[in-house]
Amino acid sequence: MSSLSIKKIKQLIDSKSLTAVELASLYLQRIDQLNPELNAFITVDREKTLLQAKEVDRAIAKGDNTALMGVPLAHKDIFCAKGWLTTCGSKMLANFVAPYDAHVVEAFNHSGAVTLGKTNMDEFAMGSSNETSYFGPVKNPWHLGRVPGGSSGGSAAAVAARLAPLATATDTGGSIRQPAALCGVTGLKPTYGNVSRYGMIAYASSLDQGGLMAVSAEDVAYGLNIMVGHDERDSTSVKREVEDFTAPLNNSLKGLRIGLPEEFFKEGVDADVAQAVERAIQELEKLGAVRVPLTLPNTSLSVPVYYVLAPAEASSNLSRFDGVRYGHRTHDYRNLIELYEKTRAEGFGAEVKRRILTGTYVLSRGYYDAYYLQAQRVRRLILQDYLQAFERCDVIVGPSTPSVAFGFNEKTSDPVSMYLSDIFTISVNLAGLPGLSIPIGFGDSHLPVGLQLIGPHFSEAKLLNVAHQYQLVSDWHQQLPTGIAQV
Amino acid sequence: MSLSDKELKHLARLARIHVDEDELGPLREQLTRVFQLIDALQAVDTTGIEPLSHSLSINQPLREDKVTEENLRDSYQSIAPQVEKGLYIVPKVIE
Repeated sequence: MSSLSIKKIKQLIDSKSLTAVELASLYLQRIDQLNPELNAFITVDREKTLLQAKEVDRAIAKGDNTALMGVPLAHKDIFCAKGWLTTCGSKMLANFVAPYDAHVVEAFNHSGAVTLGKTNMDEFAMGSSNETSYFGPVKNPWHLGRVPGGSSGGSAAAVAARLAPLATATDTGGSIRQPAALCGVTGLKPTYGNVSRYGMIAYASSLDQGGLMAVSAEDVAYGLNIMVGHDERDSTSVKREVEDFTAPLNNSLKGLRIGLPEEFFKEGVDADVAQAVERAIQELEKLGAVRVPLTLPNTSLSVPVYYVLAPAEASSNLSRFDGVRYGHRTHDYRNLIELYEKTRAEGFGAEVKRRILTGTYVLSRGYYDAYYLQAQRVRRLILQDYLQAFERCDVIVGPSTPSVAFGFNEKTSDPVSMYLSDIFTISVNLAGLPGLSIPIGFGDSHLPVGLQLIGPHFSEAKLLNVAHQYQLVSDWHQQLPTGIAQV
Repeated sequence: MSLSDKELKHLARLARIHVDEDELGPLREQLTRVFQLIDALQAVDTTGIEPLSHSLSINQPLREDKVTEENLRDSYQSIAPQVEKGLYIVPKVIE
């Protein structure tokens, strides 16, 4: 077994060639072999997985037929899954067994999917390299000395190494698209509000959005059908008509207007990445797309805006970790304030502390107007840039990241250099748009390069259509990391 | 914008995070870098621009004021650091 598409898995299950238990066992075996090196999973619980697979097999025998029956998937450890350790990559939650299911987990359970485990991530989704995880960094399956990206690095590495055909992930400033690019998989961040955030541990609530990683856009479409939908437990969940994201996959790209913002092609993009992106654009042209040069003038402000708004929201969201109701509690305290201060000093890692302190600062008296409100005003300018651009084009394309996967410890000493690796992804969250990263070839050291596709609000189906058409005429997404392929 | 040790300690107190004396220096340096990054916003003219807190204009949905959840206290408290008779235990706050 190397690479099974969701379609193929569904056929194998439907034709009774494989049971859900057999399929889950195959993936668990592969996880056993490769995870000790990759560290893509924080929790694997063979018994729990096989129990769920057995239930699915019983349902199949009864004649049930739900959408993803027997399809194995991995959940990012930010999603609460009842009875599963749910750590969010933090010491603070190293002992937290979730008492309920996140909307996303519940939806996949109802679809008949089988949970393989919980994937590693940057602590509280704060990081772009997976190096902030309390459980140690994930290694990039393409090069064990390189980072997988973050924060959903575990999900990206798991899909890249074929430890799971599908993995959930979340994206606040690029945490799906950046690791998808660096690990050579397909990753979608949906429109803000399209996927319920219920049970997804909050980082920056106005930006956080659940999404998916898979080998292909078609596989992502199958998963997205399950995740998207109104949920009254999340007040920002939108009510829309049910969409089948697999339906438009085969639409022609003839006449598709692809917007090329000059800011995405300036200096700062490595030559190997720029070349791969240019080749991918030429492929899209062969499929009938036309280039529309345009400009997103406020792009360079997206990183500063993000590092005001996201830490502000984080400082408020993470105040719930107080050592009282769940999670870590310090052993050494004399009064309530000490209990809070020491619990949080011990439970949070350095990057999380930096962001909480940054957020506390920008929200504090005397700075609120200058930083927080000003950032919200610039956020509107960034949204306006996009809305204007989409009057002239159907999708915007560019590199997902300025460079291929970097080395461990390369950017850890200066937080700002790490922040800048999300320069092309962050503005998409600020504007609430859907964004997709697909593999389009290799750069230096045979490391994957990703192309980002950005569309107007609720244009996921269009993005997946474009990606699928590209993947029908290319095989970058099918390639396996050398060394992993043989196992 | 740079930060004094006194300001940093105050910030840490507000955030309820204990910071050791030997952590102050490196933390101050890193935060100063972050503050320099976000200072770029000060130069932008945003006269007449409304702040945007949310990318889609969504109205907060309202629901009827009735009980929709069952009582899950025991299950939720089973993962608490310290509980007694259904209460979360913290150090004495009022003498």
